[in-house]
Amino acid sequence: MQTLLRTPLHDRHAALGARLVPFAGWEMPVQYEGVIPEHRAVRLDAGVFDVSHMGELEVEGPRARELLQSLLSNDLDKIGPGEAQYTLLTNERGGIIDDLIVYELEPTRFLLIVNASNREADHGWLKEREIRGSEVSDRSNEYALLAVQGPKAFERLGLPVGKRAFTWEMAEIDGVEVMVNRTGYTGEEGCELLTMAEDAGELWDHVLARGVVPCGLGARDTLRLEVCYPLHGNDITPETDPISAGLGWTCALDKDFTGADVLRRITADGPERKLVAFVMEEKAVPRQGMPIAGPPGEVTSGSHSPMLDVGIGMGYVPAGASANDTELTIDVRGRPRRARIVAKPIYRREEHA
Amino acid sequence: MAAEESYPEELKYHREHDWARIDGDEAVLGITWFAQDSLGELVHFEPPTDGQQIQRGAAYGEVESVKAVSDVIAPLSGEVLEVNRKAADEPETVNADPYGEGWLIRIRLSEPAEADELLDAGAYRAFLAEQ
Repeated sequence: MQTLLRTPLHDRHAALGARLVPFAGWEMPVQYEGVIPEHRAVRLDAGVFDVSHMGELEVEGPRARELLQSLLSNDLDKIGPGEAQYTLLTNERGGIIDDLIVYELEPTRFLLIVNASNREADHGWLKEREIRGSEVSDRSNEYALLAVQGPKAFERLGLPVGKRAFTWEMAEIDGVEVMVNRTGYTGEEGCELLTMAEDAGELWDHVLARGVVPCGLGARDTLRLEVCYPLHGNDITPETDPISAGLGWTCALDKDFTGADVLRRITADGPERKLVAFVMEEKAVPRQGMPIAGPPGEVTSGSHSPMLDVGIGMGYVPAGASANDTELTIDVRGRPRRARIVAKPIYRREEHA
Repeated sequence: MAAEESYPEELKYHREHDWARIDGDEAVLGITWFAQDSLGELVHFEPPTDGQQIQRGAAYGEVESVKAVSDVIAPLSGEVLEVNRKAADEPETVNADPYGEGWLIRIRLSEPAEADELLDAGAYRAFLAEQ
């Protein structure tokens, strides 16, 4: 049996009474008080997630930008130092090896924050394709990452409010040096704080002392699903392409990157199926893997929405039947349950808060 | 809000974490404090239909939290007389009051002698301690 990895905050999670579960080879908190109160804390105030299991890869050198431009789908020339970008690592078939955020630290040095489950695959893929003048290194063990998310996140952390998303700056929080990344996975304002692994405990304690609510991966999943952020491994995989997944906006098809030719063809022909969001019209909780009937498809993510108090999900359906308001039937363990395709995101703060 | 852990003495228990309150040839059924705590906040109860026959040891419904779904196992056999609409409409009631307002169904017993095979509160607590 493989031993589960632990983040530097493991003992603190246990002391808080978190329910710890295996996730991508790590033992991670799925909830503390409960998924629903934690979810609401992030929507209405601020919550903190230990996401130290995520991977940090660095690409450095005079040709680092050139290497990344050839391997990542988005146009890296659109950002400069102090900025960040959501982008995809694609294979030759146009499939999605991973989705990630790239941070420009310096014009010749980039940080990639990647999914825990893909860290080794990403690192291997990049390392094999290194060119002279670029060096790829896995720095994950040196860092811890805390996501502080919610409308009061910056206020509670004592950081400047109202700066542009997808930017980063260095700051100190109660004496701990952090890289403040104005990014996240909840659809709320907030940031991801990158710090040295040995400082993580102290930073966590300061963040909680500032009234931020500890939140587990359970709430992280329901929060991202309400705003239709795809989860790699569920909604997007090496077998699915970004055009069908609605991520065409992350693909600079006017440049060359791995699989770009395939993606240009899918764009020209139109995708056969599309990733849609849906809301249940009958009482039921959709789950990953459930078949969709009339039109045929499959649920790739499903849960209960704590804010809307209904079952919600995402799934692939034929492109010809992917319009908003199309009625779907979800096969819930043999029981047909009605759902309806809705515009993304499913939850909009201005409509529901 | 979640209830405090308890296992009332007047109830009978099944190892699948269900309880029965037996009254003559009828019984009210629900899930134990342990079951609701393991699942977390319930967001859905899929009930049986009125008149349906349920079999001891077999699933008669499902309870779901945000993260998980679980069959509800019948501790006794019988015919469904009533489904607790409050549990179906507001499943969090089961977390708040698993032995009271959070009951799930009422049945007419078809095999009353099955009750002898259920655990009393002390035996169920001992069973939980072994888990």
